[in-house]
Amino acid sequence: MTKQFLLDGQPVPFDDGQTILEAARKAGHYIPSLCWNKDFPPHGSCKLCVVKAAGRHVSACATPAKEGWEVESNTPEINGERRALLQMLFVEGNHFCPSCEKSGNCELQALAYEYEVLTPRFRHFFPDRPVDASHPDVLLDFNRCIFCELCVRASREIDGKSVFALTGRGIGKHLVVNAESGRLGDTDFAATDAAARICPVGVILPKGKGFAVPIGERVFDVATIRSKTLKESS
Amino acid sequence: MSAHSSDPSQALDAILQRHGRDPTRLLQILIDAQDIEGWLPAPLLTRIAGALVLPRARVEGVAGFYSFLHTRPVGRYRVLFSDNITDRMLGNAELLDALCRKLWIEPGHLSEDGLVSVTTTSCTGLCDQGPAMLVNGRAIGQLSHRRINEIAELIRQQRPLDLWPTEYFQVDDNIRRRDALLGLDMAPGAALQAAVARGRDGWLAEMQASNLRGRGGAGFATAVKWASAKNAPGAPKVVVCNADEGEPGTFKDRVLLNSFADLVFEGMSLAAWAVGASQGFLYLRGEYRYLRPQLEAVLARRRAAGLLGKAILGQAGFDFDIDIHLGAGAYVCGEESALIESLEGKRGTPRIRPPFPVTKGYLGRPTVVNNVETLAKTCLIALGGGEAFAATGTAQSAGTKLLSISGDCASPGIYEYPFGVPISRVLEDCGASDTQAVQVGGASGICLAGYEFQRRIAYEDVPTAGAFMIFDGTRDLFEVARAFVHFFAHESCGFCTPCRVGTALLKGFMDKLADGHGAQADLADIDWLDRLLKNASHCGLGSAAPNPVIDTLQKFRPAYERRLVSLDFEPAFDLDAALAEARQLTGRDDHCAHLKTHEEEEK
Ligand SMILES: Cc1cc2nc3c(=O)[nH]c(=O)nc-3n(C[C@H](O)[C@H](O)[C@H](O)COP(=O)(O)O)c2cc1C
Ligand code: SF4
Ligand code: SF4
Ligand code: FES
Ligand code: FES
Repeated sequence: MTKQFLLDGQPVPFDDGQTILEAARKAGHYIPSLCWNKDFPPHGSCKLCVVKAAGRHVSACATPAKEGWEVESNTPEINGERRALLQMLFVEGNHFCPSCEKSGNCELQALAYEYEVLTPRFRHFFPDRPVDASHPDVLLDFNRCIFCELCVRASREIDGKSVFALTGRGIGKHLVVNAESGRLGDTDFAATDAAARICPVGVILPKGKGFAVPIGERVFDVATIRSKTLKESS
Repeated sequence: MSAHSSDPSQALDAILQRHGRDPTRLLQILIDAQDIEGWLPAPLLTRIAGALVLPRARVEGVAGFYSFLHTRPVGRYRVLFSDNITDRMLGNAELLDALCRKLWIEPGHLSEDGLVSVTTTSCTGLCDQGPAMLVNGRAIGQLSHRRINEIAELIRQQRPLDLWPTEYFQVDDNIRRRDALLGLDMAPGAALQAAVARGRDGWLAEMQASNLRGRGGAGFATAVKWASAKNAPGAPKVVVCNADEGEPGTFKDRVLLNSFADLVFEGMSLAAWAVGASQGFLYLRGEYRYLRPQLEAVLARRRAAGLLGKAILGQAGFDFDIDIHLGAGAYVCGEESALIESLEGKRGTPRIRPPFPVTKGYLGRPTVVNNVETLAKTCLIALGGGEAFAATGTAQSAGTKLLSISGDCASPGIYEYPFGVPISRVLEDCGASDTQAVQVGGASGICLAGYEFQRRIAYEDVPTAGAFMIFDGTRDLFEVARAFVHFFAHESCGFCTPCRVGTALLKGFMDKLADGHGAQADLADIDWLDRLLKNASHCGLGSAAPNPVIDTLQKFRPAYERRLVSLDFEPAFDLDAALAEARQLTGRDDHCAHLKTHEEEEK
């Protein structure tokens, strides 16, 4: 017999070693994520996937499921925490969605709709993060970075280049590129790199292709992030 | 300081050579390379990356993580005032201002001639002899206005640190109460001899019988940790001594390393014997760098005596040696998995656990991480047996505990007590009077009010890694909590959303209250943030960060409420004040040039 745990009261089967997040999504239950990507080991930094397992808060993307566990996910408490985490990600950067090329394709924005983020709630930090337009084909707008390190990981593990890394710490943490000048144009980055397509928000953007798909017809304009994610993981 | 007159590129080559161009030694290389010019210019990072065959961005990532590494120029004299609450209570802010005035510089800014920079740093572990500072990494305590005047003069004269009065650099142990550990006079090797005579399994059995629990904070059973590492597959196994001692108000490990280093190293060897480890690290916080030469000397002596190296005490296969790695100003590196990342030359970001270090630690090998005091204590067990050790202290807390006592008392210093000692007894012994509160266990510990002074120091009651900071009736507990919140915001590694943003937001709320803009709604938001930090953080730093606020809000609420303007909501922003510059420019100060505040409108 396969093992199972209870997610919000419903049985979810799992294989040994499978995480709560993977098992839940496979069984058609949505748990949100931002820093998780099926092609990489779990990162565990955004905490959007937070659930309560056997009474303790854990990251669903990084926690292997256990037989008989009772896991709470879609509850007012947990959803409230997810909403606050999203609000934190918004206020620590500079997100002006209406003028963002990624609007409608952005996972942060889509999650904000999903979790009914209606106000910023916290004070804005308004950090000073200049854009990098030095590369001929790709623009970097650091204002929107949520530090998921997907570009870091993709560039290192898929492209074999290590174009990106994080430096600084705490609220001063920020993304840097692999050049003494600090400019993307001085790295070996190419628009065809896996890292060029992986950013869940609007940091790494192709140049010269603005608003090819009109607002209103974009990925999350036609499907919620919940339905899209579940469709992809079934 | 740039004492090197030789060619910088030759100096770098020598450093790279010394570290075998080993990428896992990146942090150690950066620390040494910084000594060439006092900071790490961009081309230097490029050269280091090239030599280690690492992406440059990764090297920059590491250099930017540690607060003692500088990717921008700092003064040839770099002065860092320790900024623990105990330093603040002893007037460090006034001393910092005085020094800056004397040197004609602004705090946090490099002087135009590049001579000096002055700023603050987290607790440097000299709380018993504060206020304290680090000058180019060397500790100076007992700062007074007189001493500050002299230091300003020495800096102006550009006198090399080696020619400064030696008494400045004297750090006292201040041992006030000795019990089993501090009273022990052991010949180096005696404990190891006893453990080897028992055999590996016999020795582990003694450890099991002792009920020793970790002294670094979490209180995990030491024998269980050792047994897991022993049974875990993978080699060579590793023993790490955690001498990061970053918890504000804690300085007992400093004293153990200064005067009982043999016990600490012997404890590491005892752990290695039990688990079959061959590699050892002492991870020494950057603030204690001045202890390194004497620690290296102890290691050399132990090697010469056959207590480290190959076939220790004649036991074939008992090979073990110890390497000292320096930290560089990052409290989070005391967390064991962040410490291991740092040992591997990376940013000190805590790992996802499981797997735990006992199965996959340093370079994926089984690794035991223990606190300095825990390891020293194992000597007592090897010498006197597990049962005798277990017979002292309380039911769940065997043995003694070193307390680092500071703050408002007559005799700050190190006190060793059997577990179970009541707070009130400690207060009496150290000459504290009119005590309002005690912060036990550092910033991440617990704040006790007067009605709790009958509680006892023990894992089952008031657990502690050793800090014991005393606040008398004149102190403002809101300011205590605010200082700790600033500490956590400064030390957050920034990996996870709740801690990275939450500690910064919490700091903002506390500052808003301190500035007199607080409202009832802010207390509700603070409560909410506290809970989110506790629940959702990736490691113990984030989940402990709200502790000082939670405790003081509960036990000293008037200290907060005093600061509230009696409104439901009050913006952090003062509209009228924002117009001050415009008024000055236009030379107006009539009432039309002012914006009314709510209160005035109500009147
Ligand atoms: C943020 C943070 C900082 C820590 N700092 C230290 C430290 O400076 N020294 C220490 O021994 N343990 C520290 N710890 C605890 C270690 O993670 C670990 O539990 C300890 O070193 C284990 O040793 P022990 O079992 O001998 O106590 C810290 C934990 C956290 C979460
Ligand atoms: S740039 Fe995008 S992919 Fe890279 S860390 Fe930032 S948010 Fe993540
Ligand atoms: S809780 Fe804080 S210190 Fe710990 S991982 Fe998260 S950001 Fe880093
Ligand atoms: S998805 Fe789990 S922490 Fe980001
Ligand atoms: S809309 Fe999300 S980053 Fe632009």
